[in-house]
Amino acid sequence: MRMPESLSIQINGAACRVAQGTTVAAALLLADQASRISVTGEPRAALCGMGICFECRAIVNGIAHRRTCQILCEQGMTVESGQ
Amino acid sequence: MIRTEVLVIGAGPAGIAAATAAAANGRKVIVLDDNLAVGGQIWREQTVQKDDRRPHNGSAKQQGLEALFRSGAQVYAGWSVFDAHASGTVEAIKRSGHEEIVDEFGFDRLILATGARERFLPFPGWTLPGVVGAGGLQALVQGGYSVAGKRVIVAGTGPLLMAVAAHLAEQGARIGAVVEQAPGPKLARFAGSLFIDPAKLMQGARYRAALWNVPYRTGCWVVEATSGGDSQQLQAVRVSNGVRTWTEPCDLLACGYNLVPNTEIASLLGCAFNGSFVEVDERQRTSLPNIFCAGEPTGIGGVDAALVQGKIAGLSCAGKDTQALQRKAAAGRAFAQRLERTFALREELRSLVQDDTIVCRCEDVPFARLRDRNGWTDAKLQTRCGMGPCQGRVCGPAVEFLLGWKSVSVRPPLFPVPFEALCSQSGVPETENASSQN
Repeated sequence: MRMPESLSIQINGAACRVAQGTTVAAALLLADQASRISVTGEPRAALCGMGICFECRAIVNGIAHRRTCQILCEQGMTVESGQ
Repeated sequence: MIRTEVLVIGAGPAGIAAATAAAANGRKVIVLDDNLAVGGQIWREQTVQKDDRRPHNGSAKQQGLEALFRSGAQVYAGWSVFDAHASGTVEAIKRSGHEEIVDEFGFDRLILATGARERFLPFPGWTLPGVVGAGGLQALVQGGYSVAGKRVIVAGTGPLLMAVAAHLAEQGARIGAVVEQAPGPKLARFAGSLFIDPAKLMQGARYRAALWNVPYRTGCWVVEATSGGDSQQLQAVRVSNGVRTWTEPCDLLACGYNLVPNTEIASLLGCAFNGSFVEVDERQRTSLPNIFCAGEPTGIGGVDAALVQGKIAGLSCAGKDTQALQRKAAAGRAFAQRLERTFALREELRSLVQDDTIVCRCEDVPFARLRDRNGWTDAKLQTRCGMGPCQGRVCGPAVEFLLGWKSVSVRPPLFPVPFEALCSQSGVPETENASSQN
Protein backbone atom coordinates (compact mmCIF):
# COMPACT_ATOMS: atom_id res chain seq x y z
CA MET A 1 0.00 0.00 0.00
CA ARG A 2 1.47 3.35 -0.98
CA MET A 3 -0.18 6.63 -0.19
CA PRO A 4 -0.96 8.82 -3.16
CA GLU A 5 0.94 12.08 -3.27
CA SER A 6 -1.20 15.05 -2.35
CA LEU A 7 -1.33 18.49 -3.85
CA SER A 8 -2.87 21.73 -2.78
CA ILE A 9 -5.53 23.72 -4.62
CA GLN A 10 -7.77 26.68 -3.78
CA ILE A 11 -11.54 26.17 -3.86
CA ASN A 12 -13.58 29.36 -3.46
CA GLY A 13 -10.60 30.92 -1.68
CA ALA A 14 -9.98 28.10 0.79
CA ALA A 15 -6.90 25.88 0.56
CA CYS A 16 -7.66 22.18 0.10
CA ARG A 17 -5.40 19.15 -0.12
CA VAL A 18 -6.37 16.39 -2.51
CA ALA A 19 -4.71 13.22 -3.71
CA GLN A 20 -2.92 13.32 -7.02
CA GLY A 21 -5.28 12.09 -9.72
CA THR A 22 -8.38 13.68 -8.17
CA THR A 23 -10.71 15.31 -10.68
CA VAL A 24 -11.76 18.88 -9.97
CA ALA A 25 -15.41 17.72 -9.72
CA ALA A 26 -14.45 15.21 -7.01
CA ALA A 27 -12.46 17.91 -5.18
CA LEU A 28 -15.50 20.21 -5.19
CA LEU A 29 -17.65 17.43 -3.71
CA LEU A 30 -15.00 16.60 -1.09
CA ALA A 31 -14.96 20.29 -0.10
CA ASP A 32 -18.80 20.41 0.01
CA GLN A 33 -18.80 23.25 -2.49
CA ALA A 34 -21.36 23.76 -5.25
CA SER A 35 -19.81 23.64 -8.69
CA ARG A 36 -22.17 26.34 -9.88
CA ILE A 37 -25.19 28.45 -8.94
CA SER A 38 -28.10 27.91 -11.34
CA VAL A 39 -29.93 30.70 -13.17
CA THR A 40 -32.56 30.78 -10.40
CA GLY A 41 -29.94 30.69 -7.64
CA GLU A 42 -29.83 27.01 -6.68
CA PRO A 43 -26.52 25.37 -5.77
CA ARG A 44 -25.69 22.52 -8.16
CA ALA A 45 -23.15 19.72 -8.10
CA ALA A 46 -21.92 17.12 -10.59
CA LEU A 47 -24.64 14.81 -11.93
CA CYS A 48 -23.37 12.57 -14.74
CA GLY A 49 -19.65 12.41 -13.97
CA MET A 50 -18.82 11.85 -17.63
CA GLY A 51 -18.83 15.26 -19.30
CA ILE A 52 -22.38 15.25 -20.61
CA CYS A 53 -24.56 17.25 -18.19
CA PHE A 54 -22.43 20.38 -17.61
CA GLU A 55 -23.71 20.64 -14.00
CA CYS A 56 -20.12 20.41 -12.72
CA ARG A 57 -18.93 23.39 -14.73
CA ALA A 58 -16.92 25.90 -12.72
CA ILE A 59 -14.23 28.54 -13.08
CA VAL A 60 -10.82 26.83 -13.23
CA ASN A 61 -7.68 28.97 -13.24
CA GLY A 62 -9.86 31.93 -14.18
CA ILE A 63 -11.49 30.21 -17.19
CA ALA A 64 -15.28 29.94 -16.88
CA HIS A 65 -17.53 27.03 -17.92
CA ARG A 66 -14.96 24.26 -17.51
CA ARG A 67 -16.37 20.73 -17.10
CA THR A 68 -14.62 19.86 -13.85
CA CYS A 69 -15.25 16.10 -14.11
CA GLN A 70 -12.94 16.08 -17.14
CA ILE A 71 -10.03 17.94 -15.51
CA LEU A 72 -7.49 16.62 -13.01
CA CYS A 73 -6.39 18.83 -10.10
CA GLU A 74 -2.97 20.42 -10.49
CA GLN A 75 -0.76 21.95 -7.79
CA GLY A 76 -1.79 25.58 -7.17
CA MET A 77 -4.97 25.41 -9.24
CA THR A 78 -7.74 27.85 -8.37
CA VAL A 79 -11.38 26.75 -8.61
CA GLU A 80 -14.42 28.94 -8.09
CA SER A 81 -18.10 28.04 -8.27
CA GLY A 82 -19.49 29.14 -11.62
CA GLN A 83 -22.77 30.62 -12.73
CA MET B 1 -5.75 18.83 -40.69
CA ILE B 2 -4.73 15.35 -39.62
CA ARG B 3 -5.54 12.63 -42.15
CA THR B 4 -6.22 8.98 -41.45
CA GLU B 5 -7.76 6.03 -43.27
CA VAL B 6 -10.04 5.02 -40.42
CA LEU B 7 -11.26 7.46 -37.77
CA VAL B 8 -12.94 6.01 -34.70
CA ILE B 9 -14.94 8.29 -32.39
CA GLY B 10 -15.10 6.87 -28.89
CA ALA B 11 -12.57 4.70 -27.04
CA GLY B 12 -14.92 2.48 -25.06
CA PRO B 13 -15.09 -1.26 -25.74
CA ALA B 14 -16.70 -0.85 -29.20
CA GLY B 15 -14.20 1.80 -30.33
CA ILE B 16 -11.23 -0.11 -28.93
CA ALA B 17 -12.30 -3.33 -30.68
CA ALA B 18 -12.96 -1.44 -33.93
CA ALA B 19 -9.65 0.43 -33.90
CA THR B 20 -7.71 -2.72 -33.02
CA ALA B 21 -9.29 -4.78 -35.81
CA ALA B 22 -8.77 -2.09 -38.45
CA ALA B 23 -5.17 -1.30 -37.41
CA ALA B 24 -4.20 -4.95 -37.06
CA ASN B 25 -5.31 -5.36 -40.69
CA GLY B 26 -3.01 -2.66 -41.95
CA ARG B 27 -5.18 0.44 -41.82
CA LYS B 28 -3.96 3.76 -40.43
CA VAL B 29 -6.28 4.40 -37.49
CA ILE B 30 -6.91 7.35 -35.20
CA VAL B 31 -9.23 7.15 -32.19
CA LEU B 32 -10.71 10.30 -30.63
CA ASP B 33 -12.19 10.23 -27.15
CA ASP B 34 -13.35 13.11 -24.99
CA ASN B 35 -12.49 11.50 -21.66
CA LEU B 36 -9.13 11.79 -19.92
CA ALA B 37 -8.30 8.13 -20.47
CA VAL B 38 -9.40 5.36 -22.81
CA GLY B 39 -11.81 2.64 -21.74
CA GLY B 40 -15.11 4.48 -21.97
CA GLN B 41 -17.48 4.46 -19.03
CA ILE B 42 -17.56 0.73 -18.36
CA TRP B 43 -13.77 0.34 -18.40
CA ARG B 44 -13.12 3.63 -16.64
CA GLU B 45 -9.88 3.59 -14.62
CA GLN B 46 -9.43 5.01 -11.17
CA THR B 47 -7.44 8.22 -11.62
CA VAL B 48 -6.30 8.19 -7.99
CA GLN B 49 -4.03 5.22 -7.33
CA LYS B 50 -4.97 4.18 -3.78
CA ASP B 51 -2.79 1.07 -3.94
CA ASP B 52 -0.82 -0.90 -6.47
CA ARG B 53 -3.82 -2.84 -7.64
CA ARG B 54 -3.87 -3.14 -11.41
CA PRO B 55 -6.63 -4.32 -13.69
CA HIS B 56 -6.94 -8.09 -13.39
CA ASN B 57 -4.51 -9.74 -15.82
CA GLY B 58 -6.34 -11.52 -18.57
CA SER B 59 -9.54 -9.53 -17.99
CA ALA B 60 -11.44 -8.47 -21.11
CA LYS B 61 -10.45 -4.89 -20.34
CA GLN B 62 -6.75 -5.64 -19.97
CA GLN B 63 -6.73 -7.75 -23.14
CA GLY B 64 -8.62 -5.09 -25.05
CA LEU B 65 -6.30 -2.27 -24.02
CA GLU B 66 -3.14 -4.26 -24.69
CA ALA B 67 -4.36 -5.29 -28.13
CA LEU B 68 -5.20 -1.66 -28.90
CA PHE B 69 -1.75 -0.40 -27.94
CA ARG B 70 -0.06 -3.22 -29.89
CA SER B 71 -2.17 -2.57 -32.99
CA GLY B 72 -0.54 0.75 -33.81
CA ALA B 73 -3.79 2.74 -33.63
CA GLN B 74 -3.15 6.27 -32.39
CA VAL B 75 -5.31 7.42 -29.49
CA TYR B 76 -6.13 11.08 -28.93
CA ALA B 77 -7.64 11.27 -25.42
CA GLY B 78 -9.35 14.45 -24.23
CA TRP B 79 -10.61 15.41 -27.71
CA SER B 80 -14.32 16.30 -28.02
CA VAL B 81 -15.85 16.15 -31.51
CA PHE B 82 -18.10 19.16 -32.07
CA ASP B 83 -18.74 18.96 -35.81
CA ALA B 84 -18.75 16.22 -38.46
CA HIS B 85 -19.23 16.08 -42.23
CA ALA B 86 -20.15 12.96 -44.20
CA SER B 87 -17.78 14.22 -46.91
CA GLY B 88 -14.88 13.12 -44.71
CA THR B 89 -13.91 15.47 -41.88
CA VAL B 90 -14.67 16.04 -38.22
CA GLU B 91 -13.66 18.93 -36.00
CA ALA B 92 -12.61 18.40 -32.41
CA ILE B 93 -11.40 20.44 -29.46
CA LYS B 94 -8.94 19.48 -26.76
CA ARG B 95 -9.16 21.44 -23.53
CA SER B 96 -6.55 20.97 -20.84
CA GLY B 97 -6.08 22.98 -17.63
CA HIS B 98 -4.59 25.90 -19.52
CA GLU B 99 -5.08 25.65 -23.26
CA GLU B 100 -7.61 24.86 -25.95
CA ILE B 101 -6.68 23.43 -29.33
CA VAL B 102 -9.07 22.90 -32.23
CA ASP B 103 -8.18 20.61 -35.13
CA GLU B 104 -9.74 18.93 -38.10
CA PHE B 105 -9.45 15.20 -38.77
CA GLY B 106 -9.88 13.83 -42.30
CA PHE B 107 -10.97 10.23 -42.87
CA ASP B 108 -11.75 7.69 -45.59
CA ARG B 109 -13.93 5.68 -43.24
CA LEU B 110 -15.55 6.70 -39.96
CA ILE B 111 -16.65 4.44 -37.11
CA LEU B 112 -19.06 5.96 -34.58
CA ALA B 113 -18.55 4.26 -31.21
CA THR B 114 -19.98 7.05 -29.11
CA GLY B 115 -21.47 4.89 -26.37
CA ALA B 116 -24.35 5.83 -24.12
CA ARG B 117 -25.19 8.06 -21.20
CA GLU B 118 -27.55 7.62 -18.27
CA ARG B 119 -31.18 8.57 -18.63
CA PHE B 120 -32.24 10.98 -15.89
CA LEU B 121 -35.89 11.48 -15.02
CA PRO B 122 -37.04 14.57 -13.13
CA PHE B 123 -38.70 14.21 -9.72
CA PRO B 124 -39.07 16.71 -6.88
CA GLY B 125 -35.64 17.34 -5.36
CA TRP B 126 -33.56 15.81 -8.16
CA THR B 127 -31.51 19.00 -8.53
CA LEU B 128 -30.29 18.93 -4.89
CA PRO B 129 -26.55 18.48 -4.36
CA GLY B 130 -26.22 14.85 -3.24
CA VAL B 131 -28.46 13.52 -6.02
CA VAL B 132 -26.10 12.04 -8.60
CA GLY B 133 -26.34 9.61 -11.49
CA ALA B 134 -25.72 5.96 -10.61
CA GLY B 135 -22.92 5.60 -13.13
CA GLY B 136 -22.22 9.25 -12.33
CA LEU B 137 -21.39 8.53 -8.68
CA GLN B 138 -19.23 5.58 -9.69
CA ALA B 139 -17.30 7.81 -12.10
CA LEU B 140 -16.83 10.51 -9.43
CA VAL B 141 -15.54 7.92 -6.96
CA GLN B 142 -13.07 6.74 -9.59
CA GLY B 143 -12.08 10.40 -9.89
CA GLY B 144 -11.16 10.57 -6.20
CA TYR B 145 -14.44 11.33 -4.39
CA SER B 146 -14.83 9.30 -1.18
CA VAL B 147 -18.10 7.59 -0.24
CA ALA B 148 -16.62 5.85 2.81
CA GLY B 149 -19.15 5.86 5.64
CA LYS B 150 -21.80 7.60 3.57
CA ARG B 151 -25.30 6.19 3.42
CA VAL B 152 -26.24 5.77 -0.23
CA ILE B 153 -29.50 4.78 -1.92
CA VAL B 154 -28.93 3.37 -5.42
CA ALA B 155 -32.07 3.75 -7.52
CA GLY B 156 -33.52 3.82 -11.00
CA THR B 157 -33.41 0.90 -13.38
CA GLY B 158 -31.05 -1.34 -15.30
CA PRO B 159 -28.25 -3.83 -14.70
CA LEU B 160 -25.90 -0.95 -13.91
CA LEU B 161 -27.53 -0.42 -10.49
CA MET B 162 -26.17 -3.66 -9.00
CA ALA B 163 -22.70 -3.06 -10.46
CA VAL B 164 -22.64 0.47 -9.04
CA ALA B 165 -23.95 -0.60 -5.62
CA ALA B 166 -21.34 -3.37 -5.39
CA HIS B 167 -18.56 -0.95 -6.33
CA LEU B 168 -19.72 1.70 -3.82
CA ALA B 169 -19.99 -0.92 -1.05
CA GLU B 170 -16.44 -2.01 -1.82
CA GLN B 171 -15.39 1.65 -1.38
CA GLY B 172 -16.90 1.76 2.10
CA ALA B 173 -20.35 3.20 1.39
CA ARG B 174 -23.30 1.96 3.45
CA ILE B 175 -25.86 1.02 0.80
CA GLY B 176 -29.32 1.61 2.31
CA ALA B 177 -31.13 -0.14 -0.53
CA VAL B 178 -31.05 -0.79 -4.23
CA VAL B 179 -34.37 0.50 -5.57
CA GLU B 180 -35.24 -0.99 -8.99
CA GLN B 181 -38.40 0.14 -10.78
CA ALA B 182 -38.71 -3.03 -12.89
CA PRO B 183 -41.15 -5.54 -11.40
CA GLY B 184 -39.75 -8.62 -9.63
CA PRO B 185 -41.32 -11.23 -11.97
CA LYS B 186 -39.80 -9.55 -15.05
CA LEU B 187 -36.40 -9.49 -13.35
CA ALA B 188 -36.75 -13.17 -12.43
CA ARG B 189 -37.44 -14.04 -16.07
CA PHE B 190 -34.43 -11.97 -17.10
CA ALA B 191 -32.19 -13.70 -14.54
CA GLY B 192 -33.53 -17.05 -15.77
CA SER B 193 -32.62 -16.19 -19.34
CA LEU B 194 -29.00 -15.66 -18.26
CA PHE B 195 -28.55 -19.41 -17.81
CA ILE B 196 -27.49 -19.49 -21.45
CA ASP B 197 -24.75 -16.99 -20.59
CA PRO B 198 -22.78 -18.28 -17.57
CA ALA B 199 -20.36 -15.32 -17.54
CA LYS B 200 -23.16 -12.79 -17.06
CA LEU B 201 -24.82 -15.06 -14.49
CA MET B 202 -21.59 -15.28 -12.49
CA GLN B 203 -21.18 -11.52 -12.61
CA GLY B 204 -24.71 -11.08 -11.24
CA ALA B 205 -23.97 -13.60 -8.49
CA ARG B 206 -20.78 -11.73 -7.52
CA TYR B 207 -22.67 -8.44 -7.23
CA ARG B 208 -25.37 -10.13 -5.14
CA ALA B 209 -22.70 -11.62 -2.85
CA ALA B 210 -21.07 -8.21 -2.36
CA LEU B 211 -24.50 -6.87 -1.41
CA TRP B 212 -25.74 -9.81 0.67
CA ASN B 213 -27.04 -7.57 3.46
CA VAL B 214 -28.51 -4.87 1.20
CA PRO B 215 -32.24 -4.89 0.41
CA TYR B 216 -32.90 -5.17 -3.34
CA ARG B 217 -36.33 -3.58 -3.73
CA THR B 218 -37.90 -4.44 -7.08
CA GLY B 219 -41.02 -2.72 -8.37
CA CYS B 220 -40.10 0.39 -6.31
CA TRP B 221 -39.01 3.86 -7.27
CA VAL B 222 -37.90 7.15 -5.71
CA VAL B 223 -40.71 9.73 -5.77
CA GLU B 224 -38.94 12.60 -4.04
CA ALA B 225 -35.58 13.71 -2.64
CA THR B 226 -35.76 15.98 0.38
CA SER B 227 -33.33 18.35 2.07
CA GLY B 228 -33.21 19.53 5.65
CA GLY B 229 -35.01 22.85 5.40
CA ASP B 230 -32.67 25.58 4.19
CA SER B 231 -29.58 23.39 4.01
CA GLN B 232 -30.11 22.52 0.31
CA GLN B 233 -28.29 19.26 0.95
CA LEU B 234 -29.96 15.91 0.45
CA GLN B 235 -31.17 14.23 3.65
CA ALA B 236 -33.62 11.54 2.60
CA VAL B 237 -35.59 10.07 -0.26
CA ARG B 238 -39.22 8.96 -0.39
CA VAL B 239 -39.61 5.55 -2.00
CA SER B 240 -42.87 4.06 -3.30
CA ASN B 241 -44.04 0.67 -4.48
CA GLY B 242 -47.30 2.09 -5.84
CA VAL B 243 -49.23 1.11 -2.72
CA ARG B 244 -47.32 2.76 0.08
CA THR B 245 -44.53 5.34 0.33
CA TRP B 246 -41.79 5.43 2.93
CA THR B 247 -38.69 7.45 3.85
CA GLU B 248 -35.10 6.24 3.46
CA PRO B 249 -32.54 8.61 5.04
CA CYS B 250 -29.39 9.00 2.96
CA ASP B 251 -26.38 11.21 2.29
CA LEU B 252 -26.34 10.43 -1.43
CA LEU B 253 -28.86 9.23 -3.97
CA ALA B 254 -27.29 7.53 -7.00
CA CYS B 255 -30.11 7.44 -9.50
CA GLY B 256 -30.19 6.59 -13.20
CA TYR B 257 -32.87 5.13 -15.46
CA ASN B 258 -30.87 2.85 -17.73
CA LEU B 259 -28.99 4.25 -20.69
CA VAL B 260 -29.71 6.33 -23.75
CA PRO B 261 -27.42 6.23 -26.78
CA ASN B 262 -25.13 9.13 -27.70
CA THR B 263 -26.31 9.66 -31.26
CA GLU B 264 -25.67 13.39 -31.77
CA ILE B 265 -22.85 12.86 -34.28
CA ALA B 266 -24.86 10.26 -36.23
CA SER B 267 -27.81 12.71 -36.36
CA LEU B 268 -25.60 15.54 -37.51
CA LEU B 269 -24.14 13.39 -40.31
CA GLY B 270 -27.64 12.38 -41.41
CA CYS B 271 -27.51 8.64 -40.66
CA ALA B 272 -30.86 6.82 -40.80
CA PHE B 273 -32.35 5.83 -37.45
CA ASN B 274 -34.45 2.92 -36.28
CA GLY B 275 -36.39 4.46 -33.37
CA SER B 276 -33.80 5.92 -31.00
CA PHE B 277 -30.94 3.89 -32.47
CA VAL B 278 -28.66 4.22 -35.47
CA GLU B 279 -29.66 1.79 -38.23
CA VAL B 280 -26.86 -0.57 -39.25
CA ASP B 281 -26.55 -3.69 -41.43
CA GLU B 282 -24.75 -6.91 -40.46
CA ARG B 283 -21.38 -5.29 -41.29
CA GLN B 284 -22.20 -2.31 -39.01
CA ARG B 285 -22.63 0.00 -42.02
CA THR B 286 -24.97 2.95 -41.50
CA SER B 287 -27.19 4.32 -44.26
CA LEU B 288 -24.30 6.59 -45.33
CA PRO B 289 -21.35 5.32 -47.38
CA ASN B 290 -18.10 4.75 -45.43
CA ILE B 291 -19.76 5.52 -42.09
CA PHE B 292 -20.08 2.70 -39.59
CA CYS B 293 -21.55 2.50 -36.10
CA ALA B 294 -20.92 0.03 -33.28
CA GLY B 295 -21.97 -0.52 -29.69
CA GLU B 296 -24.68 1.24 -27.68
CA PRO B 297 -25.79 3.75 -30.38
CA THR B 298 -27.14 0.76 -32.34
CA GLY B 299 -28.98 -0.73 -29.30
CA ILE B 300 -28.16 -0.91 -25.57
CA GLY B 301 -26.53 -4.34 -25.37
CA GLY B 302 -23.62 -3.91 -22.98
CA VAL B 303 -19.93 -4.62 -23.25
CA ASP B 304 -20.01 -8.03 -24.99
CA ALA B 305 -22.27 -6.78 -27.78
CA ALA B 306 -20.10 -3.66 -28.11
CA LEU B 307 -16.89 -5.69 -28.44
CA VAL B 308 -18.20 -7.93 -31.21
CA GLN B 309 -19.86 -5.08 -33.11
CA GLY B 310 -16.69 -3.01 -32.85
CA LYS B 311 -14.61 -5.86 -34.23
CA ILE B 312 -17.05 -6.31 -37.12
CA ALA B 313 -16.92 -2.58 -37.90
CA GLY B 314 -13.12 -2.55 -37.82
CA LEU B 315 -12.84 -5.63 -40.05
CA SER B 316 -15.43 -4.19 -42.45
CA CYS B 317 -13.35 -1.03 -42.77
CA ALA B 318 -10.32 -3.16 -43.57
CA GLY B 319 -12.26 -5.09 -46.22
CA LYS B 320 -12.23 -8.34 -44.23
CA ASP B 321 -14.89 -10.99 -43.85
CA THR B 322 -17.03 -10.90 -40.69
CA GLN B 323 -19.07 -14.08 -41.19
CA ALA B 324 -17.46 -15.87 -38.24
CA LEU B 325 -18.66 -13.14 -35.85
CA GLN B 326 -22.28 -13.00 -36.96
CA ARG B 327 -23.62 -15.57 -34.49
CA LYS B 328 -22.11 -13.72 -31.56
CA ALA B 329 -23.44 -10.43 -32.90
CA ALA B 330 -26.95 -11.89 -33.14
CA ALA B 331 -26.70 -13.07 -29.52
CA GLY B 332 -25.73 -9.52 -28.53
CA ARG B 333 -28.74 -8.08 -30.31
CA ALA B 334 -31.05 -10.61 -28.61
CA PHE B 335 -29.59 -9.65 -25.22
CA ALA B 336 -30.20 -5.97 -26.00
CA GLN B 337 -33.86 -6.75 -26.69
CA ARG B 338 -34.21 -8.67 -23.42
CA LEU B 339 -32.66 -5.73 -21.55
CA GLU B 340 -35.06 -3.30 -23.21
CA ARG B 341 -38.11 -5.44 -22.29
CA THR B 342 -36.99 -6.11 -18.74
CA PHE B 343 -36.11 -2.55 -17.80
CA ALA B 344 -38.87 -0.72 -19.71
CA LEU B 345 -39.94 2.37 -17.77
CA ARG B 346 -43.21 2.08 -15.85
CA GLU B 347 -46.06 4.55 -16.36
CA GLU B 348 -45.95 5.80 -12.76
CA LEU B 349 -42.60 7.50 -13.43
CA ARG B 350 -44.36 9.97 -15.71
CA SER B 351 -46.35 11.43 -12.81
CA LEU B 352 -43.47 12.13 -10.40
CA VAL B 353 -42.82 15.53 -11.89
CA GLN B 354 -44.74 18.41 -10.22
CA ASP B 355 -45.53 21.85 -11.65
CA ASP B 356 -42.49 23.41 -10.00
CA THR B 357 -40.09 20.52 -10.68
CA ILE B 358 -37.22 21.70 -12.85
CA VAL B 359 -36.96 19.69 -16.06
CA CYS B 360 -34.21 21.59 -17.89
CA ARG B 361 -31.40 21.99 -15.37
CA CYS B 362 -29.30 24.30 -17.56
CA GLU B 363 -32.05 26.91 -17.90
CA ASP B 364 -34.11 26.04 -14.77
CA VAL B 365 -37.32 25.44 -16.73
CA PRO B 366 -40.07 23.98 -14.50
CA PHE B 367 -42.55 21.41 -15.81
CA ALA B 368 -45.48 23.87 -15.63
CA ARG B 369 -43.88 25.97 -18.37
CA LEU B 370 -43.43 22.97 -20.69
CA ARG B 371 -46.64 21.03 -20.23
CA ASP B 372 -48.77 23.15 -22.56
CA ARG B 373 -46.22 23.73 -25.31
CA ASN B 374 -46.87 21.86 -28.54
CA GLY B 375 -43.40 20.45 -29.15
CA TRP B 376 -39.67 21.04 -28.95
CA THR B 377 -39.47 24.07 -31.22
CA ASP B 378 -42.26 25.85 -29.37
CA ALA B 379 -40.72 24.92 -26.02
CA LYS B 380 -37.29 26.19 -27.07
CA LEU B 381 -38.66 29.49 -28.34
CA GLN B 382 -40.86 30.10 -25.31
CA THR B 383 -38.82 28.67 -22.44
CA ARG B 384 -35.20 28.01 -23.54
CA CYS B 385 -35.66 24.35 -22.50
CA GLY B 386 -32.79 22.31 -23.98
CA MET B 387 -30.85 25.38 -25.06
CA GLY B 388 -28.24 25.48 -22.31
CA PRO B 389 -24.71 24.07 -22.34
CA CYS B 390 -25.77 20.39 -22.29
CA GLN B 391 -27.76 21.00 -25.49
CA GLY B 392 -30.67 18.90 -24.24
CA ARG B 393 -28.58 15.80 -23.51
CA VAL B 394 -30.17 15.55 -20.04
CA CYS B 395 -33.65 17.03 -20.51
CA GLY B 396 -34.13 15.62 -24.05
CA PRO B 397 -34.67 11.97 -23.07
CA ALA B 398 -36.70 13.12 -20.02
CA VAL B 399 -39.01 15.30 -22.12
CA GLU B 400 -39.38 12.51 -24.66
CA PHE B 401 -40.56 10.20 -21.85
CA LEU B 402 -42.79 12.79 -20.14
CA LEU B 403 -44.34 14.54 -23.14
CA GLY B 404 -43.51 12.30 -26.11
CA TRP B 405 -41.54 14.95 -28.00
CA LYS B 406 -38.78 13.56 -30.23
CA SER B 407 -35.75 15.80 -30.34
CA VAL B 408 -35.53 18.03 -33.39
CA SER B 409 -32.50 18.83 -35.52
CA VAL B 410 -29.02 18.54 -34.05
CA ARG B 411 -26.70 21.40 -35.01
CA PRO B 412 -23.00 22.12 -34.64
CA PRO B 413 -21.22 22.84 -32.43
CA LEU B 414 -22.26 19.71 -30.53
CA PHE B 415 -20.57 21.12 -27.44
CA PRO B 416 -20.05 24.76 -26.46
CA VAL B 417 -16.76 25.82 -28.07
CA PRO B 418 -15.06 29.11 -27.14
CA PHE B 419 -15.07 31.57 -30.01
CA GLU B 420 -11.33 32.23 -29.70
CA ALA B 421 -10.56 28.52 -30.02
CA LEU B 422 -12.68 28.28 -33.18
CA CYS B 423 -10.85 31.23 -34.71
CA SER B 424 -7.37 29.95 -33.93
CA GLN B 425 -7.36 26.53 -35.59
CA SER B 426 -3.77 26.08 -34.53
CA GLY B 427 -3.48 22.39 -35.20
CA VAL B 428 -1.38 19.84 -33.39
CA PRO B 429 1.76 18.28 -34.82
CA GLU B 430 1.00 15.10 -36.77
CA THR B 431 3.46 13.28 -34.54
CA GLU B 432 1.39 13.61 -31.38
CA ASN B 433 0.78 10.12 -30.17
CA ALA B 434 -1.23 9.78 -27.02
CA SER B 435 -1.14 6.00 -27.17
CA SER B 436 -0.15 5.78 -23.55
CA GLN B 437 -2.96 6.63 -21.24
CA ASN B 438 -1.54 9.85 -19.92
